[in-house]
Formats: sequence, structure tokens, C-alpha cells
Amino acid sequence: MAAHGTTAQGVVERSLLGTIGIHGLLCLAVAIFAMPIYITLIGSTHDVDTVGRGDVPLLPGAYGVENYVTVWTEGGGRSFRVPVHIMMWNSILMAVGITVGKIAISLLSAYAVVFFSFPGRMIFFWLIFITLMLPVEVRIIPTFAVITQLNLANSMTGLIVPLIASATATLLFRQFFLTIPDELVEAAKIDGAGPMRFFRDVVLPLSTTNIAALAVILFIYGWNQYLWPLLITSRPEYETIVVGISKMIGNGDAQSPWHLIMATTVLALLPPVAVVVLMQRWFVKGLVETEK
Amino acid sequence: MRRRVIFRGKLLPYLLLAPQIAITAVFFFWPAGMAIMQSMLREDPFGLRSTFVGLENFAELFADPLYLGAFSNTLVFSGSVAFFSIAVGLFLAVLADKQIRGANLYKTLLIWPYAIAPALSAALWLFLFHPAIGLFARIIRGYGVDWNYYINGGQAMLLVTIAAAWKQVSYNFIFFLAGLQAIPKSVLEAAAIDGASETRRFWSIVFPLLSPTTFFLLVVNLVYAFFDTFGAIHALTQGGPAKATETLIYKVYVDGVVNLNLGSSAAQSVVLMVLVIMLTAVQFRYIERKVHY
Repeated sequence: MAAHGTTAQGVVERSLLGTIGIHGLLCLAVAIFAMPIYITLIGSTHDVDTVGRGDVPLLPGAYGVENYVTVWTEGGGRSFRVPVHIMMWNSILMAVGITVGKIAISLLSAYAVVFFSFPGRMIFFWLIFITLMLPVEVRIIPTFAVITQLNLANSMTGLIVPLIASATATLLFRQFFLTIPDELVEAAKIDGAGPMRFFRDVVLPLSTTNIAALAVILFIYGWNQYLWPLLITSRPEYETIVVGISKMIGNGDAQSPWHLIMATTVLALLPPVAVVVLMQRWFVKGLVETEK
Repeated sequence: MRRRVIFRGKLLPYLLLAPQIAITAVFFFWPAGMAIMQSMLREDPFGLRSTFVGLENFAELFADPLYLGAFSNTLVFSGSVAFFSIAVGLFLAVLADKQIRGANLYKTLLIWPYAIAPALSAALWLFLFHPAIGLFARIIRGYGVDWNYYINGGQAMLLVTIAAAWKQVSYNFIFFLAGLQAIPKSVLEAAAIDGASETRRFWSIVFPLLSPTTFFLLVVNLVYAFFDTFGAIHALTQGGPAKATETLIYKVYVDGVVNLNLGSSAAQSVVLMVLVIMLTAVQFRYIERKVHY
């Protein structure tokens, strides 16, 4: 609100009507954004017939608890029945694994590139850099072939490891490491601290904000993976929830247990949305900085 | 850029780089190399032998009406997704940037859809537009429109576009808001004193100053629509009806995983790689030059 005093509010003036109009438009936008979720939430509290008939009421029904317990413990697709608690657990493992893995290997490689001088330094940097141009989707079939050869299909390792190498995180940390003053490194050297000691006691603590910001973005990235899990998992014990919902919908048969699919969708949305809303500041920072 | 003070170590830097380089080599360079190699091979119908065919797979691809169809679907789809999500994101950012009560609350309420996976966004819109259970489908039918995206290709394209653009609006909103907040207020005040109307101020000052952001978002949104929307299409229409929503990435998947036509699928992957490399190169070039007036 400090800006109020200094900017000439009186110059860039707005009428009362204009202000109401702005609020009106923003409320409308918020409502449009929230509406699909609201309808889904309501649908998930009714029974199969109410939803299946196509007249979803606008108020909650009486079957909420029952529906959620059913999907959580048994699952509820027509031809695809994996309990939500298994899929949620897999999604969490995958998302956390990708987040931790990406941050760890990127921190290390950025540290090597910035704080050391060694033959081939620039070659390694470029090798990492050009992976920016090879998203998983582009090399999907051959990557899948590699995974089968390594016998990693239907495993957590197969879900996580191929997705943890990325140039974005490495570039972000490199950018940040370059801003650490030379004097700090000199002081550490004079005190006799070796490179790993310096990494642990100086670089890591300085990087916490960047790590947190990146973690929020990467968690959502990991949670929302689709094509990769779709390809390499065929056993129920490795299903993730985002792909699971798509499998529950199948070909969209009108006779599907829509109330249960809706309940599963709500559960699948909760973790990433909660992360964005609760960690909003870090999230915005992470987003704007990784894309620079 | 490099540092003045550095550590010495013969082995340590290589050890630090090892995990990332190993994963990159195994899961990026090896598969990418395989894709390029496979794109020039053809397997016999039994998959026993493959022969070198040079660029024949590519020639066939670009002579194939189905591939060209997927190309034009991708252009229509990506163009619409990018245009709508950028336009709406900009509009909302301009509104939320005004100094009004509750601006932060609006911000929170407008950014959360970013967290939703394209496939989940597809599920949410499916619940509204499904011909049998959808609330909106019923309303539209009430107006005499024969709404059924399972048989109408245009409607299917419209629905996947909505599902894909909806969640992307938040992303553009965040970047435009950051861009707007970086514009010095004094410039706008000066224009206001000179009597420029609000609309005029937007089009002759704000919009040009935002052009680097807009350009950046255009590239990011196109890449998003090319690749990340696979989940939305897979969950909603599976490329149908009659391939009306089959995009390039969807076709790579269908030809490679479902039809097991590896040569063609690999050639398509290589075409996609070239597209991404071009988009990324354009982006870096322009970011360096800073699109600016």
C-alpha cells in the first residue's frame, strides 16, 4: 500500500462505476475458473443415478462420505479398479522423487560448473544445456525402449529417474551461484575449508529460497506427469492418479460410475492445488525465475 | 561469465557432474540418437530385419494426408490455445493490476488452476460437456444445438481447446502481472496528464512495453500446446472422432505405441525435435534482442 502515497492516484483516476466494473469482471473470472471444480465437487456427493441422468443438482447430496470411502479403499472405474490410496501414494512418491532428484543432481552439477575449472567444463555445460530442447514427449518411443532394455518398466525407478535430468534447474542454480561473491570463496579457502565443506556450509544455506521455490514448481510438474507413466506402467500397483482418472473415464461410456470418477478427480486435484495456494509466494518466484 | 576464485580438484568436479551427465546420456542422448537412426530404417512386417531407407520415411510422412491432417490440427489447436490463454491472461492481469481492494485475494483465486494437470482439466470439462451427463451439454442442447463431441469433430476440437487453454490462463496471468508491475507508473501518469484515455494508454504504452513478455509467452504456450496437452487429448477424445483432434504428438504415440510402426514414429519424433529446436532458438534470439519499442 506504500505505493498509494507516492503515485498520483488523483491523476490516473477511476470512477466508482469503473471500480465496481473491475470487481464484477474479476469475480466473474474467479467464478468461471472455479465452476468446473464446483460442479465436480457437487457431483461427487450424489449417487450414480442422479449424476448419470445428467441433472447434477447445484447443492451437495447425501452420498459424499460413502463415495469418497469407496474410491479411497476400492477404486471405482468400470473396467479399471485401483484404490485411490494406492494411486495417491504412487503419485506422491513420483512427485517427491522427481523433485528431490532434480534438485540434488542440478545443485551438484551447477556447483561443479561454477566453482571449478577443469578440462571439458564448457562441453559438459552445453551437454546439459541442449537437453532443454529434448522434452520427454519428443523422444518418447526410444526412451521407452531404453527403459525396457534396462528392465525398469513397472518400477518406481523407471517412473522417476528418466525425468530428473533437466537443464532448467541446473541453469537456475548456475545463475544463482554466479552471484555468490568471490570474497566468500576466498575467505573459506583461507579458513582451510575444502570445496565440499564450502558447499555444505555456505552454498546450500544461501540457496534455500531458490530450492524452496523450485521445489514447488517441480512437485507440480512431477504430480502432473502423464505420458511417461501411461507408457511404462501396466500394473495396478504402479498406477498414478492423473493417468488413473483417464483410465477410469475410458471411452466415456455414459454408464460409467461418474460420481466415483468425480470423487477421484477431486482427490487428485487437492495436493497440487494446496501446494500452489499455501506456497503462493515461492511458487510465483519459482515460476518466474525458472523461465527466464 | 566465470569466477575469479575457484577450487582446485582433479576428480571432484567430474564426480559432481556424473549423476546428471549419466542420466542425460542414458535417457536423452541415447534415445534421441536411436530416434534419428530408426527414422532412417524400415522394419519388415515381422519386425525381424530392418533396412536402411535414407530419408524415405520422411518423404512418406509429408506425402501422407493423415500426417498433414495432424499437422494442420496441431496448428489450429496450438494457435487457438495460445491466443485465448494469452488474451484472457492479459485481460485479467490488467484488471488485477489496478489498485483495488482485495487484489491479492483475486490473485490467489486466479492462479490455482496452474496446478491442474491437462488431463484433469480435461476430466473437469468432460463432466460439464459430456453429451449424457454434462450440465452444459444439456443447456446447449436446449438451444437446439446438436451437441455431441463424440461424433462432431469441430465440437471435439473446441472442447480440447477449452480444457487446454483454461488451465494455461493462470500461467500467462502470473507473467503478465509481473510484467505490468515492472512498468514505471510515472510514464502512465505523464500520459494521463496529457489527456490520453485509459484505452489509449493501454495500447500505446502498456502493450508495447509488455511485448517481451508477450513474445516469451507465445513461445512457451505453443510448446505447451504442442506437447503437454497430450493428456487432455488422450483423456477427452483420444484423437477422435475420425482423427479430428489428432495432433502431432498424439500421432507419434498412436503410431509408435498402438500401431507399432517404429520407423514412421521415429521420423515423426525427429520432426518434433526440429520444431522444438527451432522454437527454442527463436526464443533465445529474441530474448537476447529484447523485443522492445
